[in-house]
Amino acid sequence: MSSIWTIARKELSDSLRNRWLIAIALVFAVLALGIAWFGAAASGQVGYASTPATIASLASLGIFLIPLIALLLAYDAIVGEEEGGTLLLLMTYPLSRGQLLFGKFLGHGLTLAFATLIGFGVAGIAIAVLVEDVAVGALAAAMFRFIVSTILLGWGFIALAYMISVRVSEKPVAAGLALGIWFFFVLVFDLMLLGILVASEGKLSPELLPWLLMLNPTDIYRLLNIVAFGEGAQLSGVLSLGADLPIGAAGMWFALVLWFVIPLAGAWALFRRRRI
Amino acid sequence: MSCFRLENVSYRYDKALVLNGVDLRLEPGEILGLFGHNGAGKTTSIKLILGLMTPTQGKVSVLDGEAGDPHVSQYIGYLPENVMFYPQLTGREILNHFSRLKGATLKQVPELLEQVGLGDAMNARVKTYSKGMRQRLGLAQALLGKPKLLMLDEPTVGLDPVATADLYRLLRKLRDEGTGIVLCSHVLPGVEPYIDRAAILTGGAVKAVGDLPSLRRQANMALTLSIEPANGSSALEKVIEASSAGNGLMIRKDNGRLQVDVRPSEKMALIQDLLSSGEVRDLGIHQPTLEDVYVHFIGSGGLAHRGGAQ
Repeated sequence: MSSIWTIARKELSDSLRNRWLIAIALVFAVLALGIAWFGAAASGQVGYASTPATIASLASLGIFLIPLIALLLAYDAIVGEEEGGTLLLLMTYPLSRGQLLFGKFLGHGLTLAFATLIGFGVAGIAIAVLVEDVAVGALAAAMFRFIVSTILLGWGFIALAYMISVRVSEKPVAAGLALGIWFFFVLVFDLMLLGILVASEGKLSPELLPWLLMLNPTDIYRLLNIVAFGEGAQLSGVLSLGADLPIGAAGMWFALVLWFVIPLAGAWALFRRRRI
Repeated sequence: MSCFRLENVSYRYDKALVLNGVDLRLEPGEILGLFGHNGAGKTTSIKLILGLMTPTQGKVSVLDGEAGDPHVSQYIGYLPENVMFYPQLTGREILNHFSRLKGATLKQVPELLEQVGLGDAMNARVKTYSKGMRQRLGLAQALLGKPKLLMLDEPTVGLDPVATADLYRLLRKLRDEGTGIVLCSHVLPGVEPYIDRAAILTGGAVKAVGDLPSLRRQANMALTLSIEPANGSSALEKVIEASSAGNGLMIRKDNGRLQVDVRPSEKMALIQDLLSSGEVRDLGIHQPTLEDVYVHFIGSGGLAHRGGAQ
């Protein structure tokens, strides 16, 4: 355990040193406040629209940004150590590959968690203080849910980045594949799903279709943050499939957790097979 | 307790046989030189001892335990060839990090940095270090936590002559305190005075192992006598020819001295004849160096062939 923490601690202090943590937190805060104040601009007015609308907008932007940041943070975790010449040395220490990987995950995961908590937390407090007659309780609940799900989504993409990082032997390749992952889950997946829906002309079992959303963590994330606002929630595009899901919020939380546990276990298995 | 023991170890990488039936051991308080051309299997042997890989066949035991076991690797110091560190950290931060990983006390970090001559640079970032400084940081890293087995791959690369001498002095001190040390190097004349035993690898097998006298015996290489005649060289040549009894020793003249290559088994007889003849003013004996022995086992030089044919 102490070696896991030693590795995590170095990652954390690295991200403080190179100002990653503070930069991410700043981006999140600016983004959240911008959306809170200008989210209603489309309807011709400036000012805080409503908590559900703000969270929905944040979640829509979050699915672009969070995976990208997580992948950038983590893609070189192992391959970077190898290119830097330190992986071989680390492996001669009393440190197993699992400990190295989980230490990295703890460090990167905490970096992302702190940045999210600080960035969106500050934004949430600013909204609560500055906006008159906002229901603080509902806002706090929504923000909490948003922050926790954002962290889980980020962890998922950190773990996915590790699966690449333990496999390849060059950093640029890892970066390219990480972008590919982003492209697939954020841009391509929903289009594919729509395409399948249209092409199947209703022949696919209607019970099966909503489950396909569970194959994409960004869809789970959006569902979680939008569906939580109840029946009146606006689900657009493929997300409307989610209304038919029989698993409810708890099931979706569980799915989001699985989305970081399984890739992390996969990365571990791949790392153990890697030749050093 | 042996520092390590390789028993009939073979290792296959894909289909290629990288190590083939290697037997090698190292006892505490001993410096073993590990030599061989590139691809001879030095690095693979080291990686097996470090537990980075498991042998395809045979047994590897390290410090009475299994290679790669955390309780074992805690007592191993390793300096890889071309050691690299995190460029954005200072020397001290790096040693602290590695010290924590090794479960060693942080107190020794400044002492170690001082010991390798980085006392003034310990708070500078490693990206500002020269090659020699990085090498010394690597050495300090290998010494963390008082290792019982120390493995150094080309430790003198980038070091100036003074630092090199310091390094060897330090290694001697550690050896005398009971550390087992493996030294891989291509600078054979540099390491020759410091190693207790040498192992010469080629093609994934141990070609020869032992201390320098025993390697010379195994090689059975000719040694060179350099003789200064007392009363002219022709008289001396007659003595040599008479002594070698038709074996046809090659005699070279060099600055008035005679150079004679003679096999170890005939050395004493020739010397006795020479001395009793009264034709010798001065006599020098040149033993084959570690480099000569190495070339004999690895490559094919004229001298090597002659010695090896007997």
